[in-house]
Amino acid sequence: MKYAPLYLGRWMLWGASALLFAVAPHVFKGGFALTLLTQMGTLIIFALSYNMLLGQGGMLSFGHAVYSGLGAYGVVHVLNFMGKGSLVFPVSLLPLVGGLAGLAFGLLFGYVTTRRAGTTFALISLGIGEMVFACVLMFPGLFGGEAGISTNRVVGQPFLGLSFGPALQVYYLVAAWCFLSMAAMFALTQTPLGRMANAVRDNPERAEFVGYNTQRVRFLQLVLSSFFAGVSGALSCINFEIVSAENVSAIRSGGVLLATYIGGVPFFFGPIIGAIVFVFFVVALSGFTRAWLLYLGLFFVLMVMYAPGGIAALIVMQFPVIRAGRWRELLGPYALAALAALVALAGLIGLVEMVYRLSEPGASTVLTVLGVSFDARGAASWFTFAAVLAAGLAALRLAARRVGERWSALQLELQSRTA
Amino acid sequence: MEFFLVQTLNGISYGLLLFMLSSGLTLVFSLMGVLNFAHASFYMLGAYFAYQVSVKIGFWPALVVAPLLAGALGMLVERFGLRQVHKHGHVAELLFTFGLAYLIEEAVHLIWGRAAVEYRVPVELDGPLFHIMGSQYPIYRGFMMLVSVAMLVSIWAALTRTRIGLVIQAALTHPQTVEALGHNVPRVFMLVFGGGAALAGLAGVIGGNAFVTEPGMAAAVGPIIFVIVVVGGMGSLAGAFVASLLIGCMQTFAVSLDWSLAGISIAQVAPVLPYLLMVLLLIFRPKGLMGTREG
Repeated sequence: MKYAPLYLGRWMLWGASALLFAVAPHVFKGGFALTLLTQMGTLIIFALSYNMLLGQGGMLSFGHAVYSGLGAYGVVHVLNFMGKGSLVFPVSLLPLVGGLAGLAFGLLFGYVTTRRAGTTFALISLGIGEMVFACVLMFPGLFGGEAGISTNRVVGQPFLGLSFGPALQVYYLVAAWCFLSMAAMFALTQTPLGRMANAVRDNPERAEFVGYNTQRVRFLQLVLSSFFAGVSGALSCINFEIVSAENVSAIRSGGVLLATYIGGVPFFFGPIIGAIVFVFFVVALSGFTRAWLLYLGLFFVLMVMYAPGGIAALIVMQFPVIRAGRWRELLGPYALAALAALVALAGLIGLVEMVYRLSEPGASTVLTVLGVSFDARGAASWFTFAAVLAAGLAALRLAARRVGERWSALQLELQSRTA
Repeated sequence: MEFFLVQTLNGISYGLLLFMLSSGLTLVFSLMGVLNFAHASFYMLGAYFAYQVSVKIGFWPALVVAPLLAGALGMLVERFGLRQVHKHGHVAELLFTFGLAYLIEEAVHLIWGRAAVEYRVPVELDGPLFHIMGSQYPIYRGFMMLVSVAMLVSIWAALTRTRIGLVIQAALTHPQTVEALGHNVPRVFMLVFGGGAALAGLAGVIGGNAFVTEPGMAAAVGPIIFVIVVVGGMGSLAGAFVASLLIGCMQTFAVSLDWSLAGISIAQVAPVLPYLLMVLLLIFRPKGLMGTREG
């Protein structure tokens, strides 16, 4: 590929995303949409910083929330000092404080974790995560224990007319930092360090032969990544006005891993998609069903099994077909597969909801779908949903085979044309 | 003195339980290169299965049935999940088991609820085993040790004295050769994965009623057994044994001692100790206590 620093398409893409950040709250109106958008922006930074480890450096971390969480703790203390009047600092620059706090802990813990790569790195990051979580609960004076530390983001004089009282101002703060961080992290992938991180990920032995210290490359990558994690932690602190032990917990670390992987680890923009989908799952779906985490987990497992490149890879796969103008031929098989998947999903949701209704004390055991009610205590409902699920799965199998056939035929044809 | 003796016994019984968990994890890791993140989830499933069976039939059948169920589930997971993911590499395998741990925890939430279930020690095993200088030692602790030791001896015998054990040992280092000799290596993998899950399930059966059977039990013990595997040295069974006993005793003593330093009691620091041990070991001896490789 030719190196083109002033590649027009790339500028258009970045311009379009900046525009998207600016107009999003005016397209999706309402408080709920704004909460969703703000959380998405925060998670986008976090997921991108996580992908600096997993995607670009090949480091599978189970404790990335340590850096965002400790960054958030740093910011909450600074905010409270500002509230007491003993410190003057613009709120809009607080993410920098969070980032530096994250970076400091990255220096400290990264020294231990990056000594090893691969599976051992994963285990050590998990251990560090658990250790920090336990420590946070151990010193309630500094970390506020289980309940956490709450704060108030509206402190001091409005800076440039921004008080950060209204949620819209917070959204724009998040959007601005998100865009800056995205640009910075993308720029980092183009630096020698970013390239060496890829080399260390793909072939550490060769990277060492070329003369690089793989441990130092991993360390630098982790330190930089923890800076951005801290930025995202600071933004979540400003948004929620509370930081608790949950911010450094394994749940958060697992969440960012799920979001990043679902989005697509091999691509820079994958985690952005992942963050959007993940927040949607967590915030929107959790309002509908108690079993949302089960659906999320199932989605993740299916992605690992069948689409290891995440949603981003699924999208990028379609580009050559679209460019050749042959996408219409795939529409039929895709629609069929989607239909079959929906049927299977309906059966699965029915079964899961019935299990939940039977176990939850006080919940009604009757499930109403399309005006028909099913009683979870009757065998007939179980048979119905199981049959729907089985039929859906069988149809999905057939449809997937057809998609596969069409897909490979098309690929062969496109390849023979270019060859 | 009596305190020391009782706590040591408690520590050893907890350490043996931890070793039942970490041995399966280590075996699966060294055989398949897969670090099974869902290993502790099979421990939890073992406890819940045992609870369900012991409510319906009784504890003794549960002791046999629950590990078998956990093992069968493990084999299904290997056959229809892991084998599919294998071609995407080790990270994908690790992530698959990570997702599986989520799924199992949520399934437990859905089926048995979020609160702890009443999985009790059976009446026959309730009560003191013997008295040491005035303080009594429960029968169930002794029973736990008995089951763990019996299990470990039979595992050792199976691995070193039987045909399938020899095949497993050979497949650890030379899978291609073993395959060329006409053994079905994927089936060996399935058996070992299922065996590891059954071992974890058995640990759940005897650990679930000694401690608490609740949906958080997998997340509580999971990181500890990973620490054990790292401390003992990745893939080393002997190392895992030493590390299990070490951490078992350390945890038991830390929780029961009431010394304090600078306003923080040892019991408060207890949850951090295993991780601290891991960090220190990684700085001073990166390959673990008995590990052979440093990668």
